[in-house]
Amino acid sequence: MASATSIVPSAGPVAGSRSFLSRLRQGDEIARIITFLFAASVVLVTLLLVFDLWEGSALPRHKFGFIFFRTSVWDPIFDQFGALPFIYGTLVTATVSLLIAVPLGIGAAIFLAELAPARVSDTLEFFIDLLAAVPSVIYGLLGVFIVVPLMRQYVQPVLKHSLGFLPLFQGPAYGVGFLTAGIVLAIMVIPYIISVSREVLLSVPRDQREAALSLGATRWESTWKVVVPFARGGILGSIFLALARALGETMAVTMVIGNTPAISVSLFASGYSIAAVIANELTEATSNLHYQSLIELGLVLFLLTFMLNGLARLLIVATSQRGAGMGNA
Amino acid sequence: MKRIAGLLLVVLAVGGVLWADSALSITGAGATFPYPMYSKWFDEYHKKNANLEINYQSIGSGGGIKQVTEGTVDFGATDGPMNDEQLKAYQDKHGSGILHFPTVLGAVVPTYNIPGVTAELNFTPEALAGIFLGKITKWNDPAIAGANKGVTLPAEDIVVVHRADGSGTTYCWTDYLSKVSDEWKTKVGKGGSVNWPVGLGGKGSEGVTGTVKNTPNSITYVELIYAESNKIPYGRVKNSAGVFVKASLAAVSAAGAAKEMPEDFRVSITNAPGKAAYPISTFTWLLIPEKFSDAGKRDAIKGFVKWMLADGQNYAEALSYAKLPKEVVSKEVKAIGKIQ
Amino acid sequence: MNPRLRWRKFVSGFMLTMTGVCALVSVSVLFLILGYLVYHGGTSISWNFFTKLPAPVGETGGGMANAIVGSGKLLLLAALIGVPIGFFGAIYLAEFSGGTTAFVIRYAADLLNGVPSIVIGIFAYSVAVLPFKHFSALSGGFALGLMMIPITLRSTEEFLRSVPNAFREAAMALGASKWKTIATVIVPAAYRGILTAILLAFARVAGETAPLLFTAFGNRFWSHGWNQATAALPEMIYRYAISPYDDWHRQAWAAGLVLLALILVINIVARAILSRGIAVPRS
Repeated sequence: MASATSIVPSAGPVAGSRSFLSRLRQGDEIARIITFLFAASVVLVTLLLVFDLWEGSALPRHKFGFIFFRTSVWDPIFDQFGALPFIYGTLVTATVSLLIAVPLGIGAAIFLAELAPARVSDTLEFFIDLLAAVPSVIYGLLGVFIVVPLMRQYVQPVLKHSLGFLPLFQGPAYGVGFLTAGIVLAIMVIPYIISVSREVLLSVPRDQREAALSLGATRWESTWKVVVPFARGGILGSIFLALARALGETMAVTMVIGNTPAISVSLFASGYSIAAVIANELTEATSNLHYQSLIELGLVLFLLTFMLNGLARLLIVATSQRGAGMGNA
Repeated sequence: MKRIAGLLLVVLAVGGVLWADSALSITGAGATFPYPMYSKWFDEYHKKNANLEINYQSIGSGGGIKQVTEGTVDFGATDGPMNDEQLKAYQDKHGSGILHFPTVLGAVVPTYNIPGVTAELNFTPEALAGIFLGKITKWNDPAIAGANKGVTLPAEDIVVVHRADGSGTTYCWTDYLSKVSDEWKTKVGKGGSVNWPVGLGGKGSEGVTGTVKNTPNSITYVELIYAESNKIPYGRVKNSAGVFVKASLAAVSAAGAAKEMPEDFRVSITNAPGKAAYPISTFTWLLIPEKFSDAGKRDAIKGFVKWMLADGQNYAEALSYAKLPKEVVSKEVKAIGKIQ
Repeated sequence: MNPRLRWRKFVSGFMLTMTGVCALVSVSVLFLILGYLVYHGGTSISWNFFTKLPAPVGETGGGMANAIVGSGKLLLLAALIGVPIGFFGAIYLAEFSGGTTAFVIRYAADLLNGVPSIVIGIFAYSVAVLPFKHFSALSGGFALGLMMIPITLRSTEEFLRSVPNAFREAAMALGASKWKTIATVIVPAAYRGILTAILLAFARVAGETAPLLFTAFGNRFWSHGWNQATAALPEMIYRYAISPYDDWHRQAWAAGLVLLALILVINIVARAILSRGIAVPRS
């Protein structure tokens, strides 16, 4: 009688307000356990993988310790191994690829979700999904046959001419190098960004857009200031997917990066990435130290991914507004 | 609909398990350099012995050595012989040894792209070592020009291109350079993957030749068979007798016959003696275990090796590999008896 | 119209055109790639390609029949591992889990996603090949399945989350238990997205070579059953592309085209079969 104004808010069946048995009988607890097992297996597999890498790199870990991270020499004959040039190359190419792919991808996703008529959008999406299926070897070959000559003959000279005062665009231009690898990677990761972002944008309820428009926003404002933030979580998720692919890509990168373990500020310079050197040298590595050093590089990549992901999440938390819809990457 | 899908799945699963194969299947892994030769051989041999399938995959010499030591494949193949450490590792793991059987010979040639130069260049060992060490930086350097009187070489920077992926080709090339240049030996050494002082890395022969084709004033090294199949011009190299030799099957075979073949067949024939020998040549080997637990597999492999040393050699030249010298063949035939 | 409005309208038109440009650039790159593949590969596709085993160098008329079947087998195995784990795991993350557990699982999935494919191959080698002392299709499927998991998991989770809470509340108000809500309301509502996620993951692993080098290994003959080494399209493409022979190069392009066509067919079939009866209006 007393609580006419307070409707007991049902926090849902998970609030523990029902007894365990009742949850069990209704199948919820079983569902929870089963799905938990599947989800936990992911963590299990990842831990197992790290353990495998850890064990497999025992020799160089004991021999080099932390110096592995600071040295730049990679000499399989005289048994000197240092990870620095590969870490550098991995970071640079991933950054370049995201700098290109993220704006292009989100822009294209917005276009496909908001502006394009449904049939056009669906058809184009279909083909863009196909891009994700192109084998990385073929991307590598296309890189070699199309992108590298293009870079050497047109793009790099133009950049050198116009922006050559920046150390980024100096030095001899061979066509291969950090910039080319970044561009090829960008092409490879764009489908993930477009595909996932478009779907998430499409699922934003219509009333959100209508509310914005009814308040006098222009089409762009409604999209950029209302719809996109609503879909923020999914879009960020797609960027994580893209980042992961860019960090771990092997075949295509090794065909266009020049494969020189050297650190250079210029984007035209030839470099190397962790995944590329593993792909190149692992199958032929004859000495144990060489083989295990490559495995240790795999571990280093793991660490890099770990830190990059952490950094990205921190950034998200720091810049997120409270209550920004589905925002949780 | 779902029921049909489910049924299909069951049929597939069961069928997969039950699909009996009557053929004896042998797996081998290793060197990429002789892959075209081996794939031809195993195919021809399968035509003659329909019940035998020899599946060879080129995962690299290092991979071949590793997998045959682990026991995941029945035999291995390598472009560079196993060293004592690896032999011991195999012995320790299996309780018996592993045998090397040379199969064919190949060569590595220097190829280049200099705008305006169509002539075949002569390279001295000093020139090659200097270029790849980064000491000789311009094409018109006296070390190169001296051997090429009559050819105008430009005063341009040399762009060195090398293999980024570990390979038997690199092993052969660096083995040669280590023999002709002390500085190379102490600074870089020989191996499938080395710490190159200068140059861009291309992936595979395709990668290096593609880079050279597209980069003026560049130089790289490739297998002879690759240069021949793709009609890529290559230069002559001065051998230990002072003659500039252009790589050919005859010159390679001459290198193979020049030195005395040791009992275990592990030998390096780079910079071989003799006027006709091409100095950057190499054998390539099959790695066959001494003891087989499966008699069927053992007999099949012995049969194959016997065939390979006789009829098999006749297929080599068509694919630009050099045949084994007669003395080596007869030694190997005797060695087959060691496989138990 | 006041100047501020004029500016806003201009910005709106400009930015929207820019998005069109982005889409145009992305799509033209796509068509360039497809065109190149069709041009180079189309000429080498013949009936032989689909029915014959690989021929050695110098002999024409070889095909990739065993690689096509092999790829099919591997993808099936990969799906059996990747899809359930990704799908059910995502349900856990979106519907059941609390903050910290969810964070850990998501992090682990992102880490797994970033592992180079060749390292996954090595891991699968030590788990599924070494103990058994031989290469097999099973180990190849295992490696590919591992790669499918993170994409499926993260994307499916995002799509499940994007279903508005109103759906959940309505179902609960009608007395449905949690799992019933998920099965009959939420999953169907997020259905298109989930399908996209799965097909994307599938597409990704279909083209991977490196994990197969040490697991499925490759086979020039027919692979019998699930326990033998098997050929696969990406692996054949890799070998043929870096070989010295023109004929093999053309076959490599043809194989790339066939692989793409395979994925296209799977896409079409999957969307056609599974979208029947699901009538969720686009919001």
